[in-house]
Parts: sequence; C-alpha cells; structure tokens
Amino acid sequence: MHIMEGFLPPLHAAAWTAVSLPFVVTGARRVVRIVKQHPHAKLLLAACGAFTFVLSALKLPSVTGSCSHPTGAGLGAILFGPSVMAVLGCIVLLFQALLLAHGGITTLGANVFSMAIVGPWVAYGVFKLLRSVGGALTVAVFFAATLGDLATYLVTAVQLALAFPDPISGFAGAVVKFAGVFALTQIPLAISEGLLTVIVINLLTQYSRDELDELAFTAEVAG
Amino acid sequence: MKRINLLLLAAVLVLSAIPLLLPVSDGMSEPFPGADDQGKAAIIASHPDYKPWFTPLWEPPSGEIVNLMFALQGALGAGLLGYYIGLKRGQAQGRRRNDTDASD
Repeated sequence: MHIMEGFLPPLHAAAWTAVSLPFVVTGARRVVRIVKQHPHAKLLLAACGAFTFVLSALKLPSVTGSCSHPTGAGLGAILFGPSVMAVLGCIVLLFQALLLAHGGITTLGANVFSMAIVGPWVAYGVFKLLRSVGGALTVAVFFAATLGDLATYLVTAVQLALAFPDPISGFAGAVVKFAGVFALTQIPLAISEGLLTVIVINLLTQYSRDELDELAFTAEVAG
Repeated sequence: MKRINLLLLAAVLVLSAIPLLLPVSDGMSEPFPGADDQGKAAIIASHPDYKPWFTPLWEPPSGEIVNLMFALQGALGAGLLGYYIGLKRGQAQGRRRNDTDASD
C-alpha cells in the first residue's frame, strides 16, 4: 500500500496531506486523553502500535506471485477506536519513509489516509456492525481486521488511479489495474491479518481483562 | 484457547507457504516482487513522462541495510508485543496464585 516517494503529483500529495492531517491531530488528542484517563491502558496502546510494527514488516508471498504486507491497523482500531490508529499508523509510515526509503514524505498523507484512516475506520465499522447483529467476538474481529486491511489496499489503488488514469481506459481502467496489483495480492494476506488479530484478541481476553474492562471493551464483549 | 491459537497460527503459516509451493510466479522476470514496486512500475508503464519530483531523504545504501531496517522494525514490534503479553500472563498467574493462597 505504500505509494513511493515522489510518485504522486504535487497537487495530489498536498491534497491527501490536507485530508489526513485533521485525522492525525484528532487522533493525537485522543491518545493524550486515553493516556490521561486510562494510565493502565498505556502499555496496551503501545502493544497495538507494536502489532502494526511487526505486521507491516512482514512481507508475505501471495498467490498472485508477488509480495505485500499486512498492516496490523485493525487491532488498535477495535480496542481504542479508529482515530488512535491515525497516530500509530503515521509513526510506522514515518519510520519506513525515513529509514527504509519505503513510502515517502510527499506521499505520507496519502499512505496515512489508506493505512491509518480508512483501514481502521472500516475495521471499526465492521466490528461494531457484526457485534450489533450478535456476531461472535472472534468472528467480528476476524472480519474487521481482514476487511480493514483490504480496504487500505483498495484505497491505494483508487489514489493511484486518480493520479494516473489510464491513457485509454481512464480512471475506471486504472482502478482495475492498480487493484489487480494491490488488492488482489492482498486477499490471502488480509486473511492472515484477520487470523493473527484474533490470536492477539484471544490472548488479551485471557490475560488483560482488567485493561479491557477499563476500556469498556469487555462490556462490549458481553453485550 | 491455546489450541485454537495454535491452529490459527498454523493456518497463517499454510496461507503464507502455499504461494511458495505453487508455480504462481512462473514467467515473471523476478519471482515475488513487492506489490509497491509493481505499482510503481505500472505508473511508469502508463505514464512514461512522469518524473518523480521528490526523492527519499535517505536511502539504505544496500539491500543488506534494508534487511537490517526491516528486521529492526519487526524486532521492535515483536519485542514490545511479546513483553506486554508475557507481563500480562505473569500478572494473571500471580493473581491466581494469590487467590489460592488466600483461600487456603
């Protein structure tokens, strides 16, 4: 899902940065509030960031014959709400842009939008929806993380198609082309991310009841 | 719970291993390229006139250094996540032990 440095025209780069910035600022405020109100949940918040660090470092092979990586953004979105992930995702993307030349500073806004905003909001929405219709916790977590991950890669495809519409088939053709590169590759990886997120949630419901209680997450689980 | 988690982990391993065992990247110039690089290549193919207007501030000088940075990223994440879960498991065990001591 990384759009490489310099690979969005300046206008697009600026526009995505402008769109993402308020989410990151709101997310940062929420992180500060969570740390103040729930000091015990601080380490869990860091663990959610850590999950994103690991998962986005895992370049996995896919059935399309290419490699991509999960994002790990669903876990934090489910536990702390989606806005928190705008900050955590931004940190991961900055690390990769500065130390790995992976992604970029000019494309940071666009990459934050796909990975740290849309992915987490989709994950959160799917989770809430499935829980509200009585879906089991692990099922809701699985679909939330999987679909959030896929959404991220679809957004990347749309972002690139907007900037680089196909000379013949236009925007729609370019969406199909870029989705073929990103979203198709991502399907088995998104499933892996869903499974890994369920593993972590299983461990948390077993060992971190107190923190989950404090975040009113177990009320969610029971309800 | 432990058994379910091990099964889920095994499923992830199988999902990741299947592409390696299938001839999915036959006919590609290089097997298993990164999707991000493919995306970049697709842009260059359809818009050969596009000139990237910004280059990375710093680039790892070799593939080895890239590996170093990715390993570092994974290690930082896995280290912290493992610390957290280990700590919580220990605390839960300690609490259980205290409860049984108190009831003796």
